[in-house]
Amino acid sequence: MTTNPNVSGSLRNRLVLTLIGGAAVLAVLLFFAVRNYAAQVAQQGQDNILEASVTSILDAAALRDGVLEVDIPYAAFSMLTTPTDDRVFYAIYQDGVFLSGYEDLRLAAAPAQSDWSFTSGELRGERIRQVSASRTLVGLGRQTEIEVVLGQTQDALSRTLDQISRNAAFLGLGFFLLTAALSFWITSTTIGQLNKLTTSVTRRGPQDLSPFKKPVPREMAPLVMSLNSLMGRLDQSLSQSEDFIAEAAHRVRTPLATVRSYAEATLHRVERKENREALRAMVRAIDESSRAAGQLLDHAMITFRADHLVREDVDLVELIRDLVQRLTPIAEMKELSLSMTGDPTVPYSGDPILIQNAVRNMIDNALKYAPLDSTVEIEINGKPEIKVSDSGPGFLPEEVETLTRRFERGKNAAGTIGSGLGLTIAQDVAIAHGGTLVLTNQPSGGACVILSL
Amino acid sequence: MRYLIALVLLVLPGLGWADDWEDQLIFNERADGPRLRVISSTDTVLFAPLIDGFVAKNPNISVEYLVSGTADINQRVRATPDAFDIVVSSAMDLQLKLANDGFALPLEDIETPSWAQWHQSLFAFTTEPAAIVINRAAFEGQDVPQTRQGLIEALRKRPEEFRGRIGTYDVRDSGLGYLFATQDARASETFWRLMEVMGGLDVRLYCCSGEMINDLADGTILVAYNVLGSYAAVRAERKDALEVIFPTDFQTIMMRTALVSRATQQPDAAEAFVQYLVEEKPVVQGSQLSLPPLMSQGESTDHETIGLNPALLTFLDDLKRKKFLSAWENAVIQ
Repeated sequence: MTTNPNVSGSLRNRLVLTLIGGAAVLAVLLFFAVRNYAAQVAQQGQDNILEASVTSILDAAALRDGVLEVDIPYAAFSMLTTPTDDRVFYAIYQDGVFLSGYEDLRLAAAPAQSDWSFTSGELRGERIRQVSASRTLVGLGRQTEIEVVLGQTQDALSRTLDQISRNAAFLGLGFFLLTAALSFWITSTTIGQLNKLTTSVTRRGPQDLSPFKKPVPREMAPLVMSLNSLMGRLDQSLSQSEDFIAEAAHRVRTPLATVRSYAEATLHRVERKENREALRAMVRAIDESSRAAGQLLDHAMITFRADHLVREDVDLVELIRDLVQRLTPIAEMKELSLSMTGDPTVPYSGDPILIQNAVRNMIDNALKYAPLDSTVEIEINGKPEIKVSDSGPGFLPEEVETLTRRFERGKNAAGTIGSGLGLTIAQDVAIAHGGTLVLTNQPSGGACVILSL
Repeated sequence: MRYLIALVLLVLPGLGWADDWEDQLIFNERADGPRLRVISSTDTVLFAPLIDGFVAKNPNISVEYLVSGTADINQRVRATPDAFDIVVSSAMDLQLKLANDGFALPLEDIETPSWAQWHQSLFAFTTEPAAIVINRAAFEGQDVPQTRQGLIEALRKRPEEFRGRIGTYDVRDSGLGYLFATQDARASETFWRLMEVMGGLDVRLYCCSGEMINDLADGTILVAYNVLGSYAAVRAERKDALEVIFPTDFQTIMMRTALVSRATQQPDAAEAFVQYLVEEKPVVQGSQLSLPPLMSQGESTDHETIGLNPALLTFLDDLKRKKFLSAWENAVIQ
């Protein structure tokens, strides 16, 4: 009955991929953001030291007797010590004329609004950071401008940057892993809600069509609401079809019975032989129709009950004895006898109405084919198995496979009344209980039908 | 002869400047491998054990050892960087400036503490303090001064005794002398007072430690200030007349450094040589003379070694140097 749904994509995969993809993008952004920020801070650090050094050199400049003296403090270069021993270049200019230091270190064009200029450049094949600043000195009515340029290579800075990059990469990776783990967790808890609902739907009893009352997340409320409304409609239509079956059985059987009694009454009053013959054929046809209608309704009822199997604890022996007692008058009318053998009690959990119906069809069958004055044997054992055997013609071996099909009748059934539904009903009941129906012939002759549950 | 030493003073008369060397020697001359040209301020007798040890380990390398003054070395290397493979000098500031100016080849494979190298291109391999050396005879019955202040007092007490008989570096000519003087001046004002006192007593000025100690040994001078301790100790051991004093007020300690010229044709051999200087402690046999080893800065806390850092550039600045030299001349040359 269960058809596999048309699956396209996976919510879990979509969620996980989206979250992890987002985490990866964020981690990369984090890496670059941290690295850039750290690079700025590190560059700022070097600039600050260079600035302090230049300041101390400018402070040491003085005009003595009109001559510029620059007494570079020892600390000015001492503070430029770095772990990687970066090279240091400096130049002192007076009014744009080179005075001392490294002449290839050129003055940078200082921005107009500031005395300070920080630039990155290249000197003697190495990348350097270069700071220049100037100061105006006045002495003996003379004004002179001293300019100091200080450059330093960036080995320590780039090493720091390498370290920071590595740490930022670890940070990004850690962030990514954490977020990935988190997204797996989030996904599984979200999907878990769906799974919980699925489980509670699956675990329901076959006739439990009541609405779901357990709390669900808000997003799932519409689904549960639709599910509840679907089940409500299903419940309604199921009870309608049950009603319909009962109604149909009633409506078909009752008029048939009326027609049959009229026909029999008429038969008694009619004298002419051909008329009597016709009426007898009529009664037989009515019997056949009545029986076929009954069996059709039985089959419909059984199909419905088998789909919604409700098991209850019963004693098979008691159940079958009850049935045998009800059938005994019919058997006696045909001058046959029914005998029950087997275990005294066989407890079983199943649908008693279905089992009774199945066994009644099996016994009906046996009664139809058994010869006069013979016995139909019914045996019940604890496997549990119900065996019904007669001493009639038995099954044709080539028909054993097909006889349980709907409306299929055996070749030797000609002349007996039947719809071809009896064994089908018995087999449906067996399958509904997880069992089988086996048709065999007895060694001593006669058919044997075994219903194992 | 245990090792192959050849005096080449007469061998290479064709080269005009060859005669200018204080000393010139080729070690392991018959080696078929590369020849390293080492320019150094260290006297051959002190450096020879190191080179002998090196050529014993590397028999295919020959070493040409050229000796000159520290200032001269600096000028020669700047003028013809490709003429030398290795530059060894006691003038740390000039060496550091050479390295900073890009004359040194960085040697990434040499492992040495960070305080004993700069920019992985300048490597220290000895630790040598500056010393006061006195002629014991001159201080007969007198207190031997242990500090600069003590020396000033001793000089002032008997000015006529010491007039014209004290010596120190001419800082204008000697790179090492300039380094010691600037570091002294940085450490204490006492240096300037001492210079004034010495200037007042007609101090003799020398270019090198060796000459100063020779004059001290033959009695020409009685006191020498800021003599290289290693040289002085060697002489003092051999001549009882001399006493080496390491001043207790503060010590100026220098590290002898080596660098490989960036223009070298034999970088591998040169690196091996520097590696040897840095790593090997030469085996001193008997009374053989040798340089003191490198001492960790952690071993002694009461005196500080001049640091290998860019601050050494400070006193090499033209303006600063002019100012310092004029102050020094004012004090010493009266």
